[in-house]
Amino acid sequence: MKVLMFGWEFPPHISGGLGTACHGLTKGLAELRQTDVIFVVPKAFGDEQKETTQLIGANQIAVSHKEYSFFEERETMELVEVDSPLIPYVSEPEFWELKSKRYSNQPRFVQTDEGLRVNFSGNYSGNLMSEIKKYALVAGVIAAENSFDIIHAHDWLTFQAGIAAKEVSGKPLVIHVHATEFDRSGGNVNPRVYAIEREGMETADHIIAVSELTKNIIVEKYGIPPEKISVVYNAVEPVDNLETKPYAKALNEKIVTFLGRITMQKGPEYFIEAAALVLRKMRNVRFVMAGSGDLLYPMITRVAELGIADRFHFTGFLNAGDVHQMLRMTDVFVMPSVSEPFGIVPLEAMQFNVPVIISHQSGVSEVIKHAVKIDFWDTLAMADSIYGLLSYDALSRHFKTGGKTEVEHFEWIHSAQKLVDVYRSVLNQ
Amino acid sequence: MKSVCLLFQIHQPFRHRRYRFFDIGADHYYYDDYTNDAVLTGIAAKSYLPANQLLLKLADKLGDKLKISFSVSGVALDQFEMYAPEVIESFQQLAKTCCVEFIGETYSHSLASLKSNAIFREQVQLHNNKIFSLFGQKPRVFRNTEMIYSDLIGVQVAEMGFDGMVTEGAKQVLGWKSPGFLYVNAINPRLKVLMRNYKLSDDIAFRFSNKRWAEYPLTADKYLKWLRNLPEQDEVVNLFLSYEAFGERHAKESGIFTFLEVFLEKIAQSTEFELSTPSKVIKDLQPVSAVSVPHPISWADEERDLTAWLGNEMQKEAYEKLYSLSDKIVECTDNSLMKDWNCLQLSDHFFYMSTKVSTDGEVHKHFNPFGSPYEAFINYMNVLSDFILRLNRHTSPGNETEELKKRLAEKELKIKELEDNLLMLKKSQSNKTRK
Repeated sequence: MKVLMFGWEFPPHISGGLGTACHGLTKGLAELRQTDVIFVVPKAFGDEQKETTQLIGANQIAVSHKEYSFFEERETMELVEVDSPLIPYVSEPEFWELKSKRYSNQPRFVQTDEGLRVNFSGNYSGNLMSEIKKYALVAGVIAAENSFDIIHAHDWLTFQAGIAAKEVSGKPLVIHVHATEFDRSGGNVNPRVYAIEREGMETADHIIAVSELTKNIIVEKYGIPPEKISVVYNAVEPVDNLETKPYAKALNEKIVTFLGRITMQKGPEYFIEAAALVLRKMRNVRFVMAGSGDLLYPMITRVAELGIADRFHFTGFLNAGDVHQMLRMTDVFVMPSVSEPFGIVPLEAMQFNVPVIISHQSGVSEVIKHAVKIDFWDTLAMADSIYGLLSYDALSRHFKTGGKTEVEHFEWIHSAQKLVDVYRSVLNQ
Repeated sequence: MKSVCLLFQIHQPFRHRRYRFFDIGADHYYYDDYTNDAVLTGIAAKSYLPANQLLLKLADKLGDKLKISFSVSGVALDQFEMYAPEVIESFQQLAKTCCVEFIGETYSHSLASLKSNAIFREQVQLHNNKIFSLFGQKPRVFRNTEMIYSDLIGVQVAEMGFDGMVTEGAKQVLGWKSPGFLYVNAINPRLKVLMRNYKLSDDIAFRFSNKRWAEYPLTADKYLKWLRNLPEQDEVVNLFLSYEAFGERHAKESGIFTFLEVFLEKIAQSTEFELSTPSKVIKDLQPVSAVSVPHPISWADEERDLTAWLGNEMQKEAYEKLYSLSDKIVECTDNSLMKDWNCLQLSDHFFYMSTKVSTDGEVHKHFNPFGSPYEAFINYMNVLSDFILRLNRHTSPGNETEELKKRLAEKELKIKELEDNLLMLKKSQSNKTRK
């Protein structure tokens, strides 16, 4: 069975869950040895090429790094390359760097994240939509040039590409929803994005959601019959046990960590309020907010206002190595997301023997038992749990050992197996 | 005869390196040596050295008609000693000419005057000692960081034994009054106050090389004409500016050095004007009235207030957290901690966190090592967190021999300090008897 897959990025970027998920899923598929995958990502990943070619060798996945050079007229191609507002899936440092540059024709780049949320803060024009159409055109070309049995498109920016490939080839289309516009926007939904998502969901032969939470949104907000949707949970890449050894801390202090993009969706402000509450009760604790995002500056100001800046630290964007070091130093991990379709990071934290506190408003809370679950807005409960995990060793030990054992069962190969089952049932229809 | 009082300010901060969260508790070195070295040697070569050279030449030529005063921060002197000792030497030569007065300020260009009397005193004492050991002068007049002044600060300064203070001739304070007179502190009239003529000072400091300025090009003759046009009753013209204006802000090619040379010569030779220093102004002139400054003023920005350093939440938070350590610092005797403490107090750190947008802000952006005020804040708080950890470790009881060794070293230091003070006293005694 051959799968034509449209994605947006591949690790080593760890900017968010989508790249990690695509990598994990394709790796899992490769291990199963039942499918071949042609993985298509848009241009502008020059730095990834090496990594992805390695991927071919190691995992038998044909990663076709197609570029926009499919356009026949030379001008068009140049236009796309130079003028493209899609500098997609910018990792955060890249994004801030790009943002600080001046372009003659705003906006030249889209901030996309794990859920491919587009940053509409600029004077958003029709450019993005036309770029998506162009990606769809290219997808049509790829579909005509390659043979495959099924099409798989990840998140809304690739939906039109998936539809185009379906039209050209007549093969069934499976779309994978890692996040919806409702998660990303917090209710302030962009109608055009919604329209694309809905078109994709309606055209698709089957839909994969990353959690029941997401499935419910698809049913309720997009009017899709529930039979058409399957839930495939994400998993986590196992790490070497040596790597997860607690870091010999220079400080004899507890560390509580928030790790993720600092955007409304992730609920950073609730973490700060809870931190202020905890700091009233105990002093030998530090809070760390690792990551970057459009709410970073307001969050820094808030911390200064609360007068806790000597105990609350911002690290900015962390690369993979630093994330691991951070997790090794961490005593409690908090994910107070307002709306999180899945959320892989708590699983990573559990691998590092870190007790986690997650919000009910996350997909991952459906599947893990060894986590403290609270409502994102309940800062008192959050502060309580942080204080408890820091103060009572028995409690944190329970979550550490239980969590570590539990998380070992989350393997990508299981997710991939579910995916293959979905492919089979779609092909048999 | 009007006095023309020239005061040049010299300050260079110790910039912090990028200090990450992971460094807290693990690495206690905070400084960006490369940048500090590069910036300082660059400015020394472009500005301080050639300007000093010019003044030395004029001192030869004009003798004691040349009168110049300097206010050099302690941290700047530290950096000269580290990176450009030749600058110290050339200042020492200038000090020997008797044309130059060194005036007092806080050692680390700090904002301590607004917060803690004890720390403020300590800062001033440190600076006095430094100036005395390098140039053999005991400062009689005080210039607070960035010309920050209020009635209460003036009282503290008078208590420390200074005769006078220099500050900004801010509009909101002077109103219809002219900066061209000597004033006194509103609470303690023994302290004289010199007010800066910001218009004439900034003509040289900021506008000189600006080609879009209506008065461009500025010549010494034109400038003298402006001085002559000042109200007849005015007794003094206070021109206080950064020394970097010569050679750094205005490049050598703009003719700034020639301007300075010709201007000083003409003033020295004129019958209407004489060059003076703050101490001489205080001696020569009678104060005309008290000046009331209930809220602190500075020479920064259009507002002439403190908002450049203590304007937003981040600045206030960092500032409060820093000076909440005052009590512990008073007990602290560790040299390396004290050195870091002095550098943490630099007002520049707070300036980097400013979110103010203003034309004057542009001037400082040039020297700001951070991409944004938020980065500056994060970095500063990380450094401060590490410092607090070290300070706590130090002030909590440690092992005994360590303690004894430290006390011994402490004593020795104290003895040296007292010896220095004795020498200083002797010197001022002999000065008095000579008079």
